[in-house]
Amino acid sequence: MKLKKFRILLTLMAGLVLTACGEVVDEESITAVGSSALQPLVEAAGEQYSAENLGKFINVQGGGSGTGLSQIAADAVDIGNSDIFAEENTGIDASKLKDHRVAVVGITPIVTPGTGVTNVTLEELQGIFTGEITNWKELGGIDLPITVLNRSSGSGTRATFEKWVLGDDLKSVVSQEQESSGTVRQIVANTPGTISYVAFSYVNDDVEALSINGVEPTDKNVSTNEWIIWSYEHMYTNGEPTGLTKDFLDYMLSQEVQGGLIEALGYIPITKMQVERDFEGNTIPAENP
Amino acid sequence: MEETQSKFTQKSQKRKFEQFGRTISFICIAFIVLVVLSILYFVISKGLSTFTTDGVSVIDFLFGNTWRPGEVGENGAPLVGALPMILGSFYVTLLSAVLATPFAIAAAIYMIEISPKNGKKILQPVIELLVGIPSVVYGFIGLTVIVPFIRNIFGGTGFGILSATMVLFVMILPTVTSMAVDALNAVPRHYREASLAMGGTRWQTIYKVVLRAATPGLLTAVVFGMARAFGEALAVQMVIGNAALVPTDLITPASTLTSILTMSMGNTVMGTLENNVLWSLATILLVMALFFNILTRWIGKKGAMKK
Repeated sequence: MKLKKFRILLTLMAGLVLTACGEVVDEESITAVGSSALQPLVEAAGEQYSAENLGKFINVQGGGSGTGLSQIAADAVDIGNSDIFAEENTGIDASKLKDHRVAVVGITPIVTPGTGVTNVTLEELQGIFTGEITNWKELGGIDLPITVLNRSSGSGTRATFEKWVLGDDLKSVVSQEQESSGTVRQIVANTPGTISYVAFSYVNDDVEALSINGVEPTDKNVSTNEWIIWSYEHMYTNGEPTGLTKDFLDYMLSQEVQGGLIEALGYIPITKMQVERDFEGNTIPAENP
Repeated sequence: MEETQSKFTQKSQKRKFEQFGRTISFICIAFIVLVVLSILYFVISKGLSTFTTDGVSVIDFLFGNTWRPGEVGENGAPLVGALPMILGSFYVTLLSAVLATPFAIAAAIYMIEISPKNGKKILQPVIELLVGIPSVVYGFIGLTVIVPFIRNIFGGTGFGILSATMVLFVMILPTVTSMAVDALNAVPRHYREASLAMGGTRWQTIYKVVLRAATPGLLTAVVFGMARAFGEALAVQMVIGNAALVPTDLITPASTLTSILTMSMGNTVMGTLENNVLWSLATILLVMALFFNILTRWIGKKGAMKK
């Protein structure tokens, strides 16, 4: 009796495994891995795409920009998502990778409301993050120590912020670090005198975004490069994309995604950018209107 | 005649079934052993490549106090000193164990010696519930309740070893308590009866007989709690502040091996130094887990010899 039950169970399990295999073979799917900042957008676009193209699936996984770049360089996935240029990442052979820029993300310093400071110069911002300026009163605010909060080293947001604020020579003071932008926002909101940085889409009423040299962090200022702290969201392929990968990347750049989904999720459409910037920071006027 | 012979020479149905079961169990065990061995091999080989491939000296790694992977120091060696994290891990582990042990033993004594009825009815379910709460919930409560609480009392940002200790204290308390309960339960009844018969009071019986006899078990319980505290990642990461600085006091941001590991893993590229040093941190964690494991076995053996 018991043996019989066991056999039935075994058969059922074998059946499950076999059917699971069958489904994968029948339908087409690609996998995109990497940046957690880009993940929500690709997931949403992938779902829309699957709804319109039956039987085609886009698997989206996080893991971070580093994972995305190393996986695509190893040709282990179809698309590698990254917040940073492959050229900026040591250990990656960028020559074989093809860059597809699908969106732009602006990054702004945020502080706890009530410091009395709403505008800083770039030099002052450098001073704060290198640990030279340690009290808000030095910037004309209230007498309150400055607490610097960084994203974890290697995060795309941090890499972008440090590249454009600190440059190549200055190093950030060793400080608190947090893994996600959501946690960063919560800590900045609740801890008096804290400064950190997040993507525009994370700014809400609980925190105060700082202007730099009088320029406000807005999508419009990013599109003209007046606000310099921004980065592309890259979707890398190993060589020229083909088949479903190509279709999906075309879809990401289509008006349907660029005009709707991207702005709804708080990114800046690549089609709205008036400038183009390479990984060394050189800018040229963008081709698209 | 032939029928009888075959009955003795051929395997019976029961025997066949027995063998079938044995084979299945053996395959399962072999599989688990294989998995454990491959994990050990994978982590250790990756962890050692920091020293073999990238040429970082073991001393610099274990005792250096500047953690800036990806940057090189004045002498050209990468800045991958793991001392801040190693110290952070040990501080939170020891402090939370020191804090949790008296509470756990007191609770266990209450449940076994003083009021078994209330203990079974109220304390047991509460402890089981505490075990079941996911660590992210503990971390979130720590972030929204404990961190502001510490900030209001001691100043600073509220992030640091003290907050992490508080969170870990609550997290390891149920583990230590339930194991301490088992240890007290294992003390033979006639020990207590003998003590009472000789005129010992209840307090004397508990203090001089039961606790003494259960010491190895209680130590095992504490070490298990420490192992859990040492390996806890998420909850600690949310409240400790994750600053790779050698801890100077309990209320400034610090970091642990696990918190740095989980924060940085996704942002590094496989095969680079930044990635390899993280595996080295993982190797330290693994070695410590083995150490805790051996320690509990050793304590168990020591205790067993006493009888």
